[in-house]
Amino acid sequence: MLDDFMTRAVLAGIGVALAAAPLGCFVVWRRMAYFGEAIAHAAILGVAISLTLQISVFTGALMIALLMAWIVTLLSGKNYAMDTLLGVLAHSSLAFGLVFVSFLSGIRIDLMAYLFGDILAVSQYDLAIIWLGVILVILLMYWRWSALLISTLNEEMAYASGLNPKRDKIILTLSLAITVAVAIKVVGVLLIIAMLIIPAATARIFARTPEAMAIIAAVIGSLSAFGGLEAAYIFDTPAGPTIVCVATTSFIIFNLMGYIYKKINSIFF
Amino acid sequence: MNLISIENIYVNYGAKTVLHGVDLSIDEGEIVTIVGPNGSGKTSLLRAIIGATSLQKGKITLKDNLKMGYVPQRLNFDSSLPMTVERFMHLSNNINKKECFNALEKAGAPNIFKSQISQLSGGQFQRVLLARAIIDKPDILLLDEATQGLDQPGSALFYKQIEEVRRETNCAVLMISHDLHVVMSTSDRVICLNGHVCCSGTPANVASDPEYKAMFGAGTEGTLALYQHQHGHDHRDKELEHNA
Repeated sequence: MLDDFMTRAVLAGIGVALAAAPLGCFVVWRRMAYFGEAIAHAAILGVAISLTLQISVFTGALMIALLMAWIVTLLSGKNYAMDTLLGVLAHSSLAFGLVFVSFLSGIRIDLMAYLFGDILAVSQYDLAIIWLGVILVILLMYWRWSALLISTLNEEMAYASGLNPKRDKIILTLSLAITVAVAIKVVGVLLIIAMLIIPAATARIFARTPEAMAIIAAVIGSLSAFGGLEAAYIFDTPAGPTIVCVATTSFIIFNLMGYIYKKINSIFF
Repeated sequence: MNLISIENIYVNYGAKTVLHGVDLSIDEGEIVTIVGPNGSGKTSLLRAIIGATSLQKGKITLKDNLKMGYVPQRLNFDSSLPMTVERFMHLSNNINKKECFNALEKAGAPNIFKSQISQLSGGQFQRVLLARAIIDKPDILLLDEATQGLDQPGSALFYKQIEEVRRETNCAVLMISHDLHVVMSTSDRVICLNGHVCCSGTPANVASDPEYKAMFGAGTEGTLALYQHQHGHDHRDKELEHNA
C-alpha cells in the first residue's frame, strides 16, 4: 500500500493536518501567528545547514527552529515591540537561509521543494519521521491541553492552580518546532503557518468549546489535504499550494454560509 | 497557623524595585484588603504569593497543601476562543457537574451553564470567575481588583457575594481593591501598600492613620481621593525627608 506515492502523500498530508489542528488553535488563541512564521522561516536556514553538514533535514530544521524560538524569547520585551522583532527575525532568517543555500555549490537543490513542499516525493522513511513527529505533538498537546488553556486565559490563574505557564509555553514552542520540521516536506516553510491557522480559523465558526474547535480543525485540515492532492492531480498544479488553496476555499465558503445563516436567523426569528 | 506568611520580601520589576521589605501574614478565615496607589506593588505582591514572580530577597511561606483560588481582573479572551461556562468550570480538575452547579449558585450565577463566556455581562462574568475560584474549596481566595469592569452597585453586590462565600466556606480572602467603602464594610484588616506596608490594621484604624491620610487625603474618609488617585507624591516626598 505504501508503495504508491499518492497514498504516501495523502498519509503525510493528513498527518500534518492532525498535528496542526490542536497546535493551530493555540496559535490563533494566543496570537502567535507571526511567532510561528519566524520559526518556520528559520527552518530554511536549518535545511541549508543540514545539507552542508549532510545530516537529516528534519534534525537541522528542528534545531534551527528551536534556536530561533529561543532567540525570540531572549530578545522579547527589550527594545522593540514583539511585532517588529519578529518581522526582523522571520524575514532575515529566510534571506540568510536562501543566501546560504546558494553557496552550496556541487549539491543541486530544488529550493522550491523546501519553500513550498514536495509532498509527492515523500518516501517511506519520510512518512515514518512525519508520523513520529505528529504522534509526539498530539501526545504533548493532549497532556498539556487544559494547562495551556488556563495559562492562555490568564497566567496568574494558572500559577495559582499550581501550574507552570513558563514550562507549558516551552512545550507549546517545542511542538510548533516539531510540526514545522515535519511539515517542510509536505507544504514547505512558506505555507506551514497556513496549515496551522486556516483550518483552526474555519473551525471557529462551528465550535462551542475549545476541544470541538481542535477536532473540527483536524477534520477540515485532513479533508483539505486529501482534496488538495486530488485537485493537484487533476489540474496538474503544485500539491502544497493546492492544499492551502482548498483549505482557504473552505474557509471562505463556511464563513459566507455562517454569515447568511445569521442574516436569515435575524430576519425570521 | 498562618495560611501565608511573608517575611521581608523584595521584588524587582526590571530595574525598578516595586516591593521592598514587605512583611505580612494572613490568618485562616480573615478578609484582608490591600489598598495603595497605582504602581504601589499591589499586583506584584499577589503575583509573588502565587509564585508568578521571583523574589529578590525574603521569604514567603505557604501552609502545607494550601489551596488558592484566584480571581483575575480579566481574561485574555480572544473571540477566537470558544468557551462555554460549563467547559470553563471544568478546566482545572476533575469536577462533577453538581459541584459546578453548586459553585455557580454560591457565586450568584446560576442558569448560565451553556452560555458562551464571551457573551456574558460584566457582572455574570465576574461571578463565573469567582465560581471557578471557589469550586476547589480553597483555603484562601485571592482577588486582583476583581470588580474593575463593574459599576458601583455591581461591585457592592459582588463583594457581598464574597462575604457570603467566606461565611459559608470560612476561606480567607486577600483582595486588592480600589473601592474604599467596600474596604470599610467588609474587611477585617486593611493593608496600605506603597512599595512597603505603610500602615495596617482595622479599617477604622487605617483610615485615621496619618500615613494613610497623606496618601489618600483626609476628606470624606478618603473615598473621593481614592477614586481620583491623587496620591503618591506627598508620600514619596515624606519618604525622602525620612531618608534625608
